[in-house]
Amino acid sequence: MVAEIRKSLIAAVWFIFLTFPLMVVKVNTIENTVEWRWHNMLIVGVTFFFLSWLWRYLLQKKEEGTLTTKGALTKWTDRVMNEPAIYKPLIAVGTVAALLGPLVLSEKHMQPLISALIFIVLGLGLNIVVGLAGLLDLGYVAFYAVGAYAYALLNFHFGLSFWAALPLGAGLGAVFGILLGIPVLRLRGDYLAIVTLGFGEIIRLILENWDDLSHGPSGIANIPGPTLFGDVLSRSDSTVLIYYVIIAMLVFTIFVVNRIQNSRLGRSWLALREDEIACQAMGIDRMKTKLAAFAVGATWAGMAGVVFAAKSGFINPKSFEFWESVLILSIVVLGGQGSILGVILAAFVLKLLPEYVRILGEYRMLLFGAAMVLMMLFRPQGFISNVRRSYEFHGLDEEGADG
Amino acid sequence: MADKVLNVSGLTMDFGGLRAVDTVDLDVRQGEIVALIGPNGAGKTTFFNCITGIYPPTGGDVMVIPPGMEPQRLNGLKPNQITIRGMARTFQNIRLFPNMTALENVMVGRHCRTSAGVIGAIFRGPATRAEERETISISYKLLQKMGLKKHVNDLAKNLPYGAQRRLEIARALATDPFLLLLDEPAAGMNPQETTELDELITQIRDEDGISILLIEHDMKLVMSLSDRIFVVDFGRKIAEGIPQAIKDNPVVIKAYLGEEFEV
Ligand SMILES: Nc1ncnc2c1ncn2[C@@H]1O[C@H](COP(=O)(O)OP(=O)(O)OP(=O)(O)O)[C@@H](O)[C@H]1O
Ligand SMILES: [Mg+2]
Repeated sequence: MVAEIRKSLIAAVWFIFLTFPLMVVKVNTIENTVEWRWHNMLIVGVTFFFLSWLWRYLLQKKEEGTLTTKGALTKWTDRVMNEPAIYKPLIAVGTVAALLGPLVLSEKHMQPLISALIFIVLGLGLNIVVGLAGLLDLGYVAFYAVGAYAYALLNFHFGLSFWAALPLGAGLGAVFGILLGIPVLRLRGDYLAIVTLGFGEIIRLILENWDDLSHGPSGIANIPGPTLFGDVLSRSDSTVLIYYVIIAMLVFTIFVVNRIQNSRLGRSWLALREDEIACQAMGIDRMKTKLAAFAVGATWAGMAGVVFAAKSGFINPKSFEFWESVLILSIVVLGGQGSILGVILAAFVLKLLPEYVRILGEYRMLLFGAAMVLMMLFRPQGFISNVRRSYEFHGLDEEGADG
Repeated sequence: MADKVLNVSGLTMDFGGLRAVDTVDLDVRQGEIVALIGPNGAGKTTFFNCITGIYPPTGGDVMVIPPGMEPQRLNGLKPNQITIRGMARTFQNIRLFPNMTALENVMVGRHCRTSAGVIGAIFRGPATRAEERETISISYKLLQKMGLKKHVNDLAKNLPYGAQRRLEIARALATDPFLLLLDEPAAGMNPQETTELDELITQIRDEDGISILLIEHDMKLVMSLSDRIFVVDFGRKIAEGIPQAIKDNPVVIKAYLGEEFEV
C-alpha cells in the first residue's frame, strides 16, 4: 500500500515537473512580467496522483483476471442482441426517434447530428476493410474526398444534381479503391498502413495544389443541397432532406454489411484476415479478395462524400486531412472491429460528444490518445465484440454419415 | 495398376546454400495412401510446400493427373490455383481460421467451388441462396463425418487439439480434392484419437475415392495405413516401397538411428 502511494507520488511529481513550463509559468510578453500560477501545480499533482493510482489499480485487476474481457457491457449487449423481445422494441423506438428527429431538433443540432451519421457510414465502410478483411487503411478519407469533390465539381461545371452524383460518387469511390488496391496488394500490416497514409496525403495535396481542377485551398462554395422532385429547397428544408438521405443510407449500409458479412465473400475476407496462407490453400485468390474489400469499402466513403458536400455547401481540402482518417479508424477500433452496433456507438461518442461537451472538444487529441491506449490495454476487442453467427440444423442429420 | 494422380520428378528446393529437397521423385496412384517419412528436418514439409505452390521449387516437375483428365503441370502456379485443380492440404502447425466457427472454417473451403460475388451477397437471389444452402449442408456433413458435430458453432480456437486437426481435414475436403496431402495429421493426438484418425483416413479413401499422401512420424499409423512409403533424409529420397520392405530396409533403419523407429 505504502509502495503504491509512493509510486503514484513519484508519477505526480514527474508530471508536475514535465508540465511546469506549460501550466505554471505564464510569460506576459507585452508587460514583460512573469505570472506564477502555483495553484495549477497543485491541480496537476493531485490529478496525476489519482490517475496513476487508477491506472495501476486497473492493470493489477487485469493481471488478476478479475477484469475479464467479457465484461459487463458485452454480457449486456449479448443479451440484448440475442433476445428478440428486447431488441425488436429497441429497434422500433430507435426508428421512430430517427424519423422524428428533424421535427424536434433545431437546425443547430441537426448539423452535428448529420455529421455524426456521416461518420457512422464512413465507420461502417472502413470497417469492411479493417474490421472484416483486416487491411489497415490509413488513407480512407481520400475516398471520402473523391466523393465530395466529384459532386462539387460536376455540379459546378455541368450542373449535375445530387441524386445523380450519389451513385456516381459511389462508383468513383470503388474505382479509386481499386486504383489504390492494385499497387499495395502485396503489402500488409504496417507497410500497408504507411502506403495508404501516403495515398491519402497525395489526394489531399493534389486537391490543394491543382488549382485548375480543384480550386485549390479556397475550395468550392455554393454546392446545392438535394432537390425534391425537381424543387429547390430552402436551406433548412434541405438539411432535413439530407438528414433523411443519410438515415436511409445508414439503413442501407447496415443491411448490406450484414448481408456481406454472412456471405461467401464476407467469409473469405475474414479468412484472409485470420491466415493468408491457409486462405490461399483453400483456393481463395488473395489479390481478388483484397481488391474487393478495398472497392466495397471505398464505395461507402464515396457516397458519404457526396452527402457531406451537399450538407456543408462548401468544401476545401481541410476537411480531408489525415486527422479525419484517424477519427474514422478510431471509430472502428473503439467500436469493435467487425461490429456494426459498436461502430454506431463509437461514432456518436467520438463525433457527437465533443460538439456538446466543450472540454472534450478542446482536449480532443489528448483524450483520444488516452482512450485508445486504455482501450488497447483493457478491451482490445472494442466496445462490442463481434459475435460469429451460429447455425441450426434440422433434417440434415439423417442424410449424412453419423457423427 | 491404377493410373497416377500425382507425379513429381526431380523436385529440388534450395534455401540459399541449404538444399532442403534434393531431386526427389515421388508418385501417387489413384486410390492409394502413400506415406512420406523421414527424420526431423529431412525436408518433408518443404516438399509439400513446393508441390502446393507455397514455395516455387528451384527445380523439377510437378504434374497432377485428375482422374479422367489430361495431365497438368503445376510449376509456377499459386497455391489457390493448385487447390482449384484438385489437390488440397493440411498444415503441420495447424492453420485454421481461429476466430471463425468450425462450420465457417469448412465453408471457406467451399469457396473455390462456389461463385456468389458482391452483388449476389447483397441481393441474395434464389441462385445465391441455393448455393449458400448447399455450402452449409456439405460443410455440416463433412463436420459430421469427421466427428465434429458437437463443435459446429464453436470457434476454431476453442476446439481441443485433436478436433482442430480433424477440422483441418474437413476444411481441405470441402475443396473437393482428388488428392489430399496431410502433414502430420496425428501429431499431438492420444492413441485413441490416432486409432480413430486411422479409420477416418481409410474411410476418406474408400468411400470418397480420394488418394492420400501423408507425412507422419507415428510409425504404427504409417505402417497400418500406407500402400507405399517414401523415405527421405537430408532432402534426398533414400528408399521407397511397401511397408514391410521399408521396415526391414537397413538404409532406413540407419537414417533413423538414434531416433525412435519401432513398429
Ligand atoms: N523457409 C525456409 N527458409 C530456410 N530454410 C528452411 C525454410 N523452410 C525449411 N527450411 C529448412 O529446410 C529443412 C527441411 O525442413 P522441413 O520443415 O521441410 O523438415 P521436415 O521434414 O518437415 O521436418 P519435421 O519432421 O520436423 O517437420 C530444414 O533444415 C529447415 O530448417
Ligand atoms: Mg514438417
